Amino acid sequence: MTKSKSVGSGLLLLVIGGVVGYGIGLGLDAVITGKPNFSGSVAGLFALLASVTAFFFGVFGYRGITRGLTWQVAGTILGGLFVTAIRFLMGMRGSALFGGFFFSEPAWVFGALVGAVSFLFGVGAVDDWMKWARGLDTPDHHEDVPGWEKYLGVSLDHKVIGIQYTVTALVLISVGGLFALIFRTELAASQLQFLTSTFRLFNQTGPQIYNALMSLHGMVMIVSILLGIAGVMNYVVPLLLGAHDMAFPRMNAFAFWLAVPAAVLLLLSLILGGFETGWTGYPPLSSRGPVGVQMFFLGVFVAGWSSILGALNVLATVLRMRAKGMTAMRLPILVWASVATSIISLTATQLIGLSFQLVMFQRLLGMGFFDPAKGGNPVLFQHLFWFYSHPAVYVFVLHGLGVISELLPVFVRKPLFGYRWVAMSSLGIALVGFIVWAHHMFTSGMNEYLRVPFMYSTLLVAVPTGVKFFSWVATIWGGKIATPAPTPLLFTVGAIFVFLLGGLTGPPNATVSVDLHLHDTYFIVGHFHDTIFGGFVFPFFAALYYWFPKATGRRMNEFWGKVHFWLMTPSFLILTFGMMRIGLLGMRRRIVDYDTALGFDTTHLVLTICGFLIALSVLIFLINFFRSMKHGEVATGNVWNSRSPEWQVPSPMPAHNYGVPFEVVGEPYDYGLPGSKYIEFAPAQGKKH
Amino acid sequence: MRHFVVVGILVILMAVLTYVGLDSAGLMPVQASAQAVPIDRMWNEQVIAMSFLFALIVVPMVYSLLVFRRKKGDTTDAAHVEGNTKLEIVWTILPLFAVLVFAYLGGNSLAQTLRADPDAMVVKVTGRQWSWSFEYPGYGVTSTELRLPVGKQVYLQMTSTDVIHSFWVPEFRVKQDLVPGRVTELRITPTLEGSWKVRCAEICGAAHYSMQTPVTVMSQADFDAWMAGEVALVSEAAATPEGRGEALVRANGCTACHAVNGVGGNIGPSWNGAFGEEVKLADGSTVPGDEAYLTESIKSPQAKIMAGYETQLMPTYGLTDEQIADIVSFIKTLK
Repeated sequence: MTKSKSVGSGLLLLVIGGVVGYGIGLGLDAVITGKPNFSGSVAGLFALLASVTAFFFGVFGYRGITRGLTWQVAGTILGGLFVTAIRFLMGMRGSALFGGFFFSEPAWVFGALVGAVSFLFGVGAVDDWMKWARGLDTPDHHEDVPGWEKYLGVSLDHKVIGIQYTVTALVLISVGGLFALIFRTELAASQLQFLTSTFRLFNQTGPQIYNALMSLHGMVMIVSILLGIAGVMNYVVPLLLGAHDMAFPRMNAFAFWLAVPAAVLLLLSLILGGFETGWTGYPPLSSRGPVGVQMFFLGVFVAGWSSILGALNVLATVLRMRAKGMTAMRLPILVWASVATSIISLTATQLIGLSFQLVMFQRLLGMGFFDPAKGGNPVLFQHLFWFYSHPAVYVFVLHGLGVISELLPVFVRKPLFGYRWVAMSSLGIALVGFIVWAHHMFTSGMNEYLRVPFMYSTLLVAVPTGVKFFSWVATIWGGKIATPAPTPLLFTVGAIFVFLLGGLTGPPNATVSVDLHLHDTYFIVGHFHDTIFGGFVFPFFAALYYWFPKATGRRMNEFWGKVHFWLMTPSFLILTFGMMRIGLLGMRRRIVDYDTALGFDTTHLVLTICGFLIALSVLIFLINFFRSMKHGEVATGNVWNSRSPEWQVPSPMPAHNYGVPFEVVGEPYDYGLPGSKYIEFAPAQGKKH
Repeated sequence: MRHFVVVGILVILMAVLTYVGLDSAGLMPVQASAQAVPIDRMWNEQVIAMSFLFALIVVPMVYSLLVFRRKKGDTTDAAHVEGNTKLEIVWTILPLFAVLVFAYLGGNSLAQTLRADPDAMVVKVTGRQWSWSFEYPGYGVTSTELRLPVGKQVYLQMTSTDVIHSFWVPEFRVKQDLVPGRVTELRITPTLEGSWKVRCAEICGAAHYSMQTPVTVMSQADFDAWMAGEVALVSEAAATPEGRGEALVRANGCTACHAVNGVGGNIGPSWNGAFGEEVKLADGSTVPGDEAYLTESIKSPQAKIMAGYETQLMPTYGLTDEQIADIVSFIKTLK
């Protein structure tokens, strides 16, 4: 069976599954509520689940991800039925038993949890552990089948998992981007055009759907960023260290496969009534909405586990599996960035999980953590939430800044200026990041005087960030810059420029008095899109263009790479400048409509056009990415003339990485020092395993 | 050396151009409060710093990309420069110093926006999904619009009855959340007569976008005249049930969702003709739109939802039976 053929049958089954699922959902809904609801949640729910599962069945048959999804659906239904049965025995009937969304809220939450766990069993992510528990032996390595099929099932190879993460991230980026295009279209002009109050989808009105899409755009993008970073780290870090895999290959696979049910849960939240809270999920608003809010909380909760376990694995790998001679100050700089990122993910993610869990319990069990009527405090939630969610921003960017530092020396043929300072600045940002969270809460009603120390700590972040910028400029200064600039260099330089704009627009938000004006406006939206594009999106693309030959043995098309860059960069700059401008003039965040009298119509139209141009450029990238896997120019050698160990062996990388171990004998970035070497392969000896 | 001189000149040029460009772009809305003055000054200082730092990074970067390009046919590496510890210390210490200066200035600027006038006029602000009401305790008047005398500090004591909202008038700059279960404060001294809008800045549900109401700053004489009129209306209205009902409707911001005589929101059904006509319910049945139905719909809004409004959750307002009866009397007057 060839690939194109099976994708074709997958698409066919996607359509059939969607139609059949829609029909079943419509029928069930009609039986429960007494009348069919054509745009309702239950029909949409069955259509989504059936079509996705059928697609993978067509592509891959009943194994791997297909089996996982099937088990997730079955687990969700069984869990939901279990709770529904208990409620029935407790004497509940009718709408008290079912609620408006096929299951009642407690049944959904329990079912979703059972479903997520079932997925992991179904896909096979816990097979080896179950065997160990039963006293059976498993081989150290599971040999993967050659070809693309290994990517749709459980593999323990860090390179396969890295690519699984990356492709999942690209899928979610596309979904999150699609959501943005939908609401960006509504915003193109003032007044409500199609998301009106008479519009109905998934039991929501137009403004409610806007809120749900806007909130999901945020959270889906955040999850895709975490997955994208995990993808690059998984693929690259062991190669940079000279390791044959991650420290815990099974946990590595487990962490990746957690992300799939998490993504399903997040998408379910849109269908099950949506959630109107923004990705921040502040109570009391989040303690009121429909069951979709719970799916959102659960999705983030499961994705958080993925992030924590992945970070633990990276740290263990860096600590235990470095090549001989690779001392702390001879680590590739990207490894330092990965360590800083992982420290934050490992220690802060619990807090967002906890804060969401508290709201879940408040809804399910009536515990009044954030309910003022029961002595709770809504502002407490914000402290817990931001204690993770601010450091999380540094998770998003630190890794990308590491990619910039890693790639620059290769393309300017000069050592990274002030290596130690750059390495330490990553740790500095990570640590300072833990004491700045309340700058998101200057208008929240927290203690007035506490705002001042948080202003000091927040502004302090500028110092290590400045060290990075100055060091990059000094690295470029006097270099021999590759001309014409290859695509990875374009994205690296673009990243510096865009992140600079994000960085410079940060201090005004940190300064309490100015933030009283800027908070919750489009200025903030523009500012953080700058930081995220500069800190994640541009470096992520740079990394994909740069390491693509390592993974596939082929290059991505340079021409289309440049089109991607030159289309995306100006559109993006106009987009964020426009956002910041109208934000200063009075455009609030998270609104489906704005006063015509504000005179923002033209700007919003331009912003929408820019949004579509960015989407077009990403589409060009995606086509280039998937096409080049098969048809790209063959490139098995040291494409970028890099000193890094992974480029000293032919591409694509073999299954267990380096056949011969290497030893670190010099500095990583000594470009221009004649006769210097970073690594030396051990003289050929008995075959290593 | 020549490179450094050229870049130095270009940095200064670029910084000045950037600042002039940003400054002349009119970045901020009209300055209409005393609190806006220190904020705008602080913002301007930030723009100066931004312009300088922008030039400091971008100019040498772009210069390098243009001037230090690899010549055709050159395959050698660049000069081996690993770093410069003195330089690194300089660009750690100087920004640290700048940061402390800005934090200090920021603290001062904040203090100026918080300055309290002991003679400030108190206004109690209530936010709810999705309307505002303003109570003037000195006068016994409650309004759905905020009217303020120019040049006099107003001390807003704010709370919410449901979820978190945020009080923001862009022309006044300052912003403060309204938190259920507690009272938050904001002090504003309007300095310019005119008409603006308070806009809810914290997402609060489906109609968050439309949670806004006019703010009018007027001369003290105009304000006094308006207030006298309001006070007279209050005492007049208190005499009849429908008058009391209308006052309650205003105090509770009902028209944010329910249109009265064509004015108001469309999130809930219009009240004109609500009394006396058959009501089609979401489950397909019909009920007479009588006093009992209206009373029940205010008391427990989810009991019988009108067709077309299934997804809208109306809150309960904690009204007494007499108050509800007054509101129903008011609705009965609307044809």
